[in-house]
Amino acid sequence: MAEEKLTLIVTRQDSPDSAPYEETFKVNYRKNMNIISALMETQRNPVNANGESVAPVQWESNCLEEVCGACSMVINGEPRQACSTLVDKLEQPIRVAPMSTFPVVRDLVVDRSRMFDSLKKVKAWIPIDGTHDLGPGPRMPEKKRQWAYELSKCMTCGVCLEACPNVNSKSDFIGPAPLSQVRLFNSHPTGEMNKSERLEALMEDGGLAGCGNSQNCVQVCPKGIPLTTSIAALNRDTNIQSFKNFFGSDNAH
Amino acid sequence: MENREFFYRRLHSLLGVVPIGIFLIQHLVVNHFAVYGPESFNKAAHFMHDLPFRIVLEIFIIFLPIIFHAVLGVYIVFVAKNNVSRYGFFRNWMFYLQRITGIITLVFIVWHVWETRVQIGMGTKELDYSLMENILANPVIFWFYVIGVVSTTFHFANGLWSFLVSWGITVTPRSQKIATYATLLVFLAVTYIGIRALFAFV
Ligand code: HEM
Ligand code: SF4
Ligand code: FES
Repeated sequence: MAEEKLTLIVTRQDSPDSAPYEETFKVNYRKNMNIISALMETQRNPVNANGESVAPVQWESNCLEEVCGACSMVINGEPRQACSTLVDKLEQPIRVAPMSTFPVVRDLVVDRSRMFDSLKKVKAWIPIDGTHDLGPGPRMPEKKRQWAYELSKCMTCGVCLEACPNVNSKSDFIGPAPLSQVRLFNSHPTGEMNKSERLEALMEDGGLAGCGNSQNCVQVCPKGIPLTTSIAALNRDTNIQSFKNFFGSDNAH
Repeated sequence: MENREFFYRRLHSLLGVVPIGIFLIQHLVVNHFAVYGPESFNKAAHFMHDLPFRIVLEIFIIFLPIIFHAVLGVYIVFVAKNNVSRYGFFRNWMFYLQRITGIITLVFIVWHVWETRVQIGMGTKELDYSLMENILANPVIFWFYVIGVVSTTFHFANGLWSFLVSWGITVTPRSQKIATYATLLVFLAVTYIGIRALFAFV
């Protein structure tokens, strides 16, 4: 019995500096396949559509439930997670390519370090270490916790950076995801104590001012994070902070 | 200089509305006097021309702000990598059009200032109704002016929308949506004033 085949066109790249090329694979179809399982077929049987043996396709994945962001790639022109993208819902042939905003390591593996560096830059954490036990922090109202939970869903997948016209090789804009994290940590009752430091980091070059309001990010975020609301709220906060810094007191924290 | 981007971008945004946007409305309203006849236009234009400290006003309210806004604006246009073919969302189109109309507006302003203010300054032309009548008698130039005016009013109205976001005034999606409708009305109103004045000269 002839098995049903699926056509997968992968944009490949052998090394960070080599030229990208497309390679077609005919993959054995199973019901309810996702892109990861289709890629696994190419690994099990690394033979392209011309019958040539090739190096197996490389990609990254981890959680397989759309919470780690590692498997983000451009599938049929749309940046999304390979693990939560079902083959049955896609038009064929299926085209998969690495995201273009990040440097390619190999095939579909990209280096998302710039996002993690940005999170460090904007201090996207809550300092709780002291030389002695600082005790429990202030409590957070339940309603606020529920709201903050939505912002905390960000998995640094990079889809919002991929869709942003102002994130590219010509600009140093850090992109929507790390901006929104500042709002998350600034609204935490303990994190709030370092609010001005994060806002001041956003006012540095490559920060918030790089946003031009194309609002693509909020449309494409797989976690439905209200990125543009965060950006507008941070615009307000940074403006107030800059006025405080300039006109206000020497203690404008 | 390091870490000046935030300040420069906020200044760019502010200047787009105050004074440039205010000046734009004032300019189009004065031009609109042409609708009531040449004498009416000449009276309004001469009132503006005879304002005290005119040169100082022109430099600080018009020339310097526009030069700053235009220079940084061209840089901002250059930095974007537009992607409306891939992400055809409404706001992404507005983002793209804001950049296109910025460039058209720049070309138009340079041309228009050269043809009018510079010539008047050099004494080769007189400020009156017939100056514009002669310029707009050429149909190609007339339509260039129509495109230039619509481009400028669009850029201003849509800029007003992003101004409200840049200054953290409209934060919620709902307020931003209402601002879209409000700035659409601004666009229609200001365009009507500007275009009606142009047609008064032909
Ligand atoms: C009559 C002349 C002009 C007026 C009234 C005007 C007005 C405005 C306003 C109100 C904004 C919104 C600022 C914000 O985003 O907060 C804006 C943005 C912008 N303007 Fe202009 N402008 C004018 C001329 C120009 C010119 C000549 C250029 C140069 C190409 C230009 C390029 C831009 C760009 C690129 C933006 C977008 C900035 C951003 O999204 O961050 N503008 N303009
Ligand atoms: S904000 Fe959304 S699109 Fe952007 S990195 Fe986080 S989860 Fe991905
Ligand atoms: S593997 Fe974690 S998001 Fe797909």
